Amino acid sequence: MNMNERFEAYIASDAKIEPKDWMPDAYRKTLIRQISQHAHSEVVGMLPEGNWVTRAPSLLRKSILLAKVQDEAGHGLYLYSACETLGVSRDDLIADLHSGKAKYSSIFNYPATSWADMGTIGWLVDGAAIMNQVPLCKTSYGPYARAMVRVCKEESFHQRQGFQILLALCNGTEEQKAMAQESINRWWWPALMMFGPRDEDSQHTEESMRWRIKRFTNDELRQKFIDMTVPQAELLGLTIPDPDLKWNEERGHYDFGEINWEEFYHVIRGNGPCNKERIAARQQAHDEGAWVREAALAHSKKRAAQSSTHAA
Amino acid sequence: MAAQEHIRYIARLGDDAVVLGQRLSEWCGHGPILEEDIALTNLSLDYIGQARALYTHAGALEAQGHGEDHFAYFRDEEAFENHLMVELPKGDFGFTVMRQFLFATFAYLRMEALAGQTTDPELAAIAAKSVKELRYHVEHARDWVVRLGDGTAESRERLHRSLEQLWPYTGELFTPDAVDTWAETAGMAPDLARLKARWDDVITAALTEATLGRPEDGWMQAGGKAGRHTEHLGYLLAEMQSLARKHPGVTW
Ligand SMILES: [Fe+2]
Ligand SMILES: [Fe+2]
Repeated sequence: MNMNERFEAYIASDAKIEPKDWMPDAYRKTLIRQISQHAHSEVVGMLPEGNWVTRAPSLLRKSILLAKVQDEAGHGLYLYSACETLGVSRDDLIADLHSGKAKYSSIFNYPATSWADMGTIGWLVDGAAIMNQVPLCKTSYGPYARAMVRVCKEESFHQRQGFQILLALCNGTEEQKAMAQESINRWWWPALMMFGPRDEDSQHTEESMRWRIKRFTNDELRQKFIDMTVPQAELLGLTIPDPDLKWNEERGHYDFGEINWEEFYHVIRGNGPCNKERIAARQQAHDEGAWVREAALAHSKKRAAQSSTHAA
Repeated sequence: MAAQEHIRYIARLGDDAVVLGQRLSEWCGHGPILEEDIALTNLSLDYIGQARALYTHAGALEAQGHGEDHFAYFRDEEAFENHLMVELPKGDFGFTVMRQFLFATFAYLRMEALAGQTTDPELAAIAAKSVKELRYHVEHARDWVVRLGDGTAESRERLHRSLEQLWPYTGELFTPDAVDTWAETAGMAPDLARLKARWDDVITAALTEATLGRPEDGWMQAGGKAGRHTEHLGYLLAEMQSLARKHPGVTW
């Protein structure tokens, strides 16, 4: 057996690959792409919710939202660290985000224009993220799998908190309920797009499945998400904006309407409502922080020099 | 019924916390590095948590059915009695950490004293919890003040400018008004002159280590505790209160 065959057999036995293990270049590249994309999504994902932190309508909601956005920053950190075990630096990964070379989840290119969006993002977006991410807790690359265990625990909190925001709105005044419905109308389809293109159009699925980086296909996860979410929407008393949505007894699943794939590809290509703003906001934070990072480095060098002269 | 001064004393502790917490939350998603994004959000969360406890206590003393959100969302600018320093715009990261250092050191010493008094046991319990948080705030801010002061020429210059801007707002921290005097006489609040001596020591030592030195005490701004504010508080409150006021009386 050559290295490649040994690797494939090792993976097939469900064993974990660790940073020092030999791995094919393509496996390493796929992981770097996927983990960094995931890390960037966490960080860019802070922006739409950050948009409501200062306007949260109660101190309790403000605290919960702040803590949630903080968790997302933490997820970004674990994932950048997991990615660094593959031999890339966080600085380079961030530069790729800013240059547009690296992608992040397209969902964050939609604007959060109402308070209800804080509920919908938690419920649908974190909900879809969980669907995508729970299988990753068993992914073949050890550091990624371990990071995902921590991430998933927090994501399910986020989903529950999002649901609770919507529940409060749905139990509230007519205006509050309308706010919740309007929000679902905007986010439902983009949330379904989070599972990526249809299986037959997905470039990476087959190889990623074989390497056990991915464990379910895009369409399988999308269906699972819909089946889970529809009863929750009924519980809230909200209408899902899909006239073709109905239970299919034979399949044991919900049938649903066609996703607007043209919109999907447009947003990926950078034409979503907020693509440019999101990157500009990240770039600005990075640029405005440059003097802080330089100063921290200069200071630690001074201190190191001082302590070595003291030691000498 | 509790004395008006007692209620006001507690509510203004909450005002300091909520206004500073709101300012810090503006960093959420925009920090210079991810680690500091998390740290600043943490500080914000601590202050919002302190404000909630303090407002709830003030509402209970007042006994008019006002909960924490009444104080934060349904009072106008002139009813807020926070120190002016906390309402100033967040500025750059250097301004934020310098304000944190100057203010959190004061807040820490104040809460430490409040944790030790027995006139208001509920306040003592809130203060005891807050002291632990504020101790970290002081450490975090002090580290950054030293790092940026003794970092690059640019960072030193920026930090120096922030210090000069903030210094005129430090006088108000230690100038007692009628409410402070009432609270001190009641055995609740610390003597601000004594607090200042300790604050001076901590601040001078850190500013020296940061190679910045201590500014001259010149004219000091005041008015926050009397509800006379800078132009900035109105915008902060307009933003914070906008949604809550659009839907008064609802549950979120
Ligand atoms: Fe996350
Ligand atoms: Fe999340």
